[in-house]
Amino acid sequence: MSDLNQQMAVRYKNNFLKEIEEQAEMGNWVKMCMQCGVCSGSCPTNFHPGWEHPPQEIFMMIRAGKRDEVLNSQSMWMCTSCYNCYVRCPRKLPITHIMHGIAEYAYRLGRAPKMQPTLHLSKAFWNNCTKNGRVNEVKLTQSLYFKDGLMAGIKMGLAMKDVALGLVKAKRLNIMEALGGGHKCKDVNGIHKMLAKARELEAKRKGRQPA
Amino acid sequence: MADMKTAAYICKGCELGNRLDAKALIQVATKEGKMNLVREHDFLCSTEGVALIKNDIDNEGVTHIAICACSRRAKTEAFNFPTVAVSRANLREGVIWVRPDTDEARETTQEMAEDYVRMACAEVKAMTVPSGNPNTGGVKTLMVVGGGISGMTAALEASRAGYKVVLVEKSGALGGWAAKLYKRIPTREPFKAPEDNGVADLIAQIEADANIKVYLNATIAKTSGAPGRFKVEIVVESGPQATEDIGAIVQATGFELYDMNKLPHLGGGQANVVDQAGLEALARAANGGPIKRADGKEVKSVVFVQCAGQRDATGEHLQYCSGYCCNASIKQAMYFKDSNPDIDTLILYTDLRTPGNGEDFYRSAQNKGVIFSKGVVSQVVPNGNGLTVKFKDLILDEETETEADLVVLATGAVPNSGVNIEAVAAPAAEESEGEGEAASAALPVAEVKTISILNLDYRQGPDLPQFKHGFTDSHFICFPYETRRTGIYAAGPVRRPMDTAQAIEDATGAAMKAIQAMENAGLGRAAHPRAGDLSFPTARLEGCTQCKRCTVECPFGAIDEDEKRYPLFNESRCRRCGTCMGACPVRVISFENYSVNTVGAQIKAVDIPDEFSEKPRILILACENDAYPALDMAAMNRYEYSAFVRAIPVRCLGSVNTIWITDALNSGYDGVMLMGCKHGEEYQCHFVKGSELGRYRLSKVGDTLKSMNLETERVLDMEVAITDIETLPKRINEYAAKIMEIGFSPFKGF
Repeated sequence: MSDLNQQMAVRYKNNFLKEIEEQAEMGNWVKMCMQCGVCSGSCPTNFHPGWEHPPQEIFMMIRAGKRDEVLNSQSMWMCTSCYNCYVRCPRKLPITHIMHGIAEYAYRLGRAPKMQPTLHLSKAFWNNCTKNGRVNEVKLTQSLYFKDGLMAGIKMGLAMKDVALGLVKAKRLNIMEALGGGHKCKDVNGIHKMLAKARELEAKRKGRQPA
Repeated sequence: MADMKTAAYICKGCELGNRLDAKALIQVATKEGKMNLVREHDFLCSTEGVALIKNDIDNEGVTHIAICACSRRAKTEAFNFPTVAVSRANLREGVIWVRPDTDEARETTQEMAEDYVRMACAEVKAMTVPSGNPNTGGVKTLMVVGGGISGMTAALEASRAGYKVVLVEKSGALGGWAAKLYKRIPTREPFKAPEDNGVADLIAQIEADANIKVYLNATIAKTSGAPGRFKVEIVVESGPQATEDIGAIVQATGFELYDMNKLPHLGGGQANVVDQAGLEALARAANGGPIKRADGKEVKSVVFVQCAGQRDATGEHLQYCSGYCCNASIKQAMYFKDSNPDIDTLILYTDLRTPGNGEDFYRSAQNKGVIFSKGVVSQVVPNGNGLTVKFKDLILDEETETEADLVVLATGAVPNSGVNIEAVAAPAAEESEGEGEAASAALPVAEVKTISILNLDYRQGPDLPQFKHGFTDSHFICFPYETRRTGIYAAGPVRRPMDTAQAIEDATGAAMKAIQAMENAGLGRAAHPRAGDLSFPTARLEGCTQCKRCTVECPFGAIDEDEKRYPLFNESRCRRCGTCMGACPVRVISFENYSVNTVGAQIKAVDIPDEFSEKPRILILACENDAYPALDMAAMNRYEYSAFVRAIPVRCLGSVNTIWITDALNSGYDGVMLMGCKHGEEYQCHFVKGSELGRYRLSKVGDTLKSMNLETERVLDMEVAITDIETLPKRINEYAAKIMEIGFSPFKGF
């Protein structure tokens, strides 16, 4: 486990709620949940076996100080961002955003489940997008298709070939992007500086070392 | 009466003229009703029609009138003739509106109308004009018992309305429970933080009010009399005894906390475990600074246990929710958070109940960082210098525990309602009759309090009758402050569990009702629900057998016994339900306008066709508060029902004397329907116990039926609510069909 995880665990000792409030985006909303269960009842993925803890339960676990169970949980990563809970919450909690915030924090601490598809896509997208300031669709697609090995990637590519050809015909996909670095935005350095500054500000706000 | 002159008026308005044969009705009123004067009019409730009646009263010397038009509940302002006896034949709602306008139905409809005319003529001749209660008392001073928020509010409201008030407080200072609070649950916008307990302000207002006389360290030694003329003996600790003349009383004696020592598993009685009052004391001592335990240690973590000894299904502790404790615990958690946000405050609840603006208060506490967990506490045990709270987390579904420096138990409220007269009165009842002791013997001993609050000099016991769980008996929805002692009103948590804001509203309402009661008593009129009624029960004592049924049964304790053990009526205490009249086995009790005779004469006036006519006759005795209006409303909706029923309104099922039923069956009625209100725990009876007492009495009618060789189905006891507008006609028709099935009564033609 990462140093940051150790550091945070020591800093907040028994107060996991406070840790989430200060470290996870939108975490300050967790205390406002009144346990009505509307979010759990509204979640379309709730019928899926992967959903260990619905949002209501995650919030209660945070209050009960179940740090390991929450941070290691798959649950936040199962969110499809449909915003049903967000819309229905009678206490107006931004539940979708809270789930994302907790997921992101778990990842920062190195606690996110390995080979989690949502995590993999998020990472691939972020890295791809921030490298040149623009998304390179071909490379992003490659990194997704081939995540489970060469054969699986080829199979997936063949399955999706009609869609790809359609996109090429409509000039929505440039095969040439696969070579070299692809196209960039005008001021890549500027974007990188901006992101660095944002990270610095966030770290300062959350009282931790810049990543 | 020698100078009785009777008159009947047949109205032909509202289609009555088209649907009924008015000439025949006039014939009936003259020949059979033997009315001295019979008139018809096309529109009797018009100015002209009313003038016609008035003229007869003023110039013809008419003293008794039968108005044959619409229901007695309709056109009451037009047909208001207070100087003469008035009866009403219900030809509109009772006949034409519930019958189809067809050729086949015409004959039976006409017979129905003729019977109602006969009944109205017979009734009015048995009536006299109520002369009013001679025993009035004109005292307009309100006594408030209890100097808490409710009591002080009631006193101030009555004073502002212009009445003198005597305020009696048991302790040495005004303020009651609220005075013990460091702060109170917010009562106004924005409902986010605890507010000042408000006591000092109320005390200042009372001290500045010349209308309010305060007795501190005082108890009531004796309350005798009736509304408008109560005599109250007040004993002041180490002071002289005082006697006050009082018009009406508001009892606002509040509550005490459920004893936490009865909850050893939750740590009750153990060090560092306090109830909500205990925490208020600690908070007052800290006065905004860090809150310290009894041993002086600053509290760094605190757990609040909700529903401690409340909502208990086992029956061992309080079975009800006290209503205010959730908000109180939220408030107390804020004491800690406001002094130091780093103190851990955990509220363990099963259902958080913060009605109304309490939701904002709850949200505010969450914002301040108070933690709420849904869980049931199983045990609180000492742990070093602190405590361990073991509980089941109901959301995460697991047994778990937490540690705390201090545990606060929300133990809930027990009303201070004085002696449970039903439990106490048991021996007295045994000596007299020997009925119903089994029920009172089953009452748990723990709930019996020994110190009376009002010390009423009433035959039925020294305090207000109680309902469930020791709260004073009053109807939650329909008449909240009324008790079963006329002129005595209950306000605040003695009546039902409530918080400060509700108690303030309650006290205001009770004060207004008490003022009404004093004013009505002064005019010799009844209070709710027959407000304004001038009639009152009188007994022909020479016929009385001193059986004491009336004095025992009166739901309002209005009847005492004199030295010779005859009933002694206190008219101002009476609500005019007639339960005494129904109970009297020798039928010596009557009202001027409602008696065994007025109803008996109606029953006998009905024309009973012989059994070959295929026309049964069914008598309906309907409660005038619920069943009779339901019948009227069914008529307004034109729901049809059988033409064989004849309905007579009664003041309460409790006023039904079994002689009426025996008479009806003897004279050839084929069935009797008794329509009364629901009784028991969810009673709807306007006289609280009336329908229950009536039903108990009438349950014995089966023996009479057997001795007459009649089927038990010939008397039907029905529970009717005012909302049974659609179902009531159906039930009448079903019963009429059943009577046809059973066959006709063999008593016809005797």
